[in-house]
Amino acid sequence: MAKSVIDALVERFPGAVYEPYVGVGGDDCAFVQKDRIADVCRALKDDPKLGFDLAPYVTAVDYLGQEPRFEVVYNLYSTRNNWRIRLRVKVPEQDPVVPSVTPVWRGCDWYERYCWDMYGIRFPGHPDLRRLYMYDEFEGHPLRKDYPLRARQPLVPERDVRDIFRGPGPAGRD
Amino acid sequence: MASELEMVPAITTRREEAQGFLQRMVSKGMGWARKYSLFQYPFVTACCGMEYMTLASARYDLDRFGAALPRFSPRQADLLMVVGTVNVKQAPILQRVYAQMAEPKWVIAFGVCASSGGFYDNYATVQGIDRVIPVDVYVPGCPPRPEQVLDGIMLLQKKIQDQAHQLTERRPPLPERR
Repeated sequence: MAKSVIDALVERFPGAVYEPYVGVGGDDCAFVQKDRIADVCRALKDDPKLGFDLAPYVTAVDYLGQEPRFEVVYNLYSTRNNWRIRLRVKVPEQDPVVPSVTPVWRGCDWYERYCWDMYGIRFPGHPDLRRLYMYDEFEGHPLRKDYPLRARQPLVPERDVRDIFRGPGPAGRD
Repeated sequence: MASELEMVPAITTRREEAQGFLQRMVSKGMGWARKYSLFQYPFVTACCGMEYMTLASARYDLDRFGAALPRFSPRQADLLMVVGTVNVKQAPILQRVYAQMAEPKWVIAFGVCASSGGFYDNYATVQGIDRVIPVDVYVPGCPPRPEQVLDGIMLLQKKIQDQAHQLTERRPPLPERR
């Protein structure tokens, strides 16, 4: 169904869109080169025959231990044709920068802020790239797999409560 | 809780004895009055709020215990019910709400998240509101049954009755605000 879209993309952006495959759930997916993603998205939206006018979800994945480490996933939807495709962009850890697609779809604003907040991926071209969920004083990016599990960054001074169920417990618990 | 009023010094004059007796009677009367007029401020942040609504509505009817009216300003309330998960970003707000309540004030931690953080053992959640503000009664459960909360309210009433109440609270003035 949306296979033709992916094929057209591969043909139109040779080298930038590669490795098309059918993902879980039957959506057609492809990988996109990092610096071309904004162009590809712009083409998908502006082509009247495709009409991908909705980006229902943009998120990131941390594949710790693999190279490149991160991946930004764009789930796109065409309300005109009832097509869904998924674009994946591989992002290296040393240079976690992906061009923003907020100028293409205004609704991607918070998704990209979310990716910056939780994974530390920057989106040049975004109008206001701040943290979305965490507070400004927060250090680090909590959904990265190497963020320490028990790290706490309280905003107000907290009383230390020694409880019996948490922490290094008896019998190798936890 | 043995109040300080209960403790009688070894040597007392008749005057002190009489005053102590009077103060104890006043304290008991005020405890009785205060425990049946709990004005709650529901600090509802999460799904426990649904259970709180059940508790406050007709079937379980918090009104039977004199805690009928939720006040939506902390300045008019004397019972803070923290209902649901409190995360790190909300902790300053909770502290501020607590500070805005007038004395005397009591706090109930409603649900396991407010009591201990629950299963949200992660970067975002305060591991129990007692790390931030003092708590009088903890009601665990995810969410707690309304009966559990009613039991908690009755425990709190017992605690209020046993506390030392005074007609006029004499305390040092607050430090100057910067």
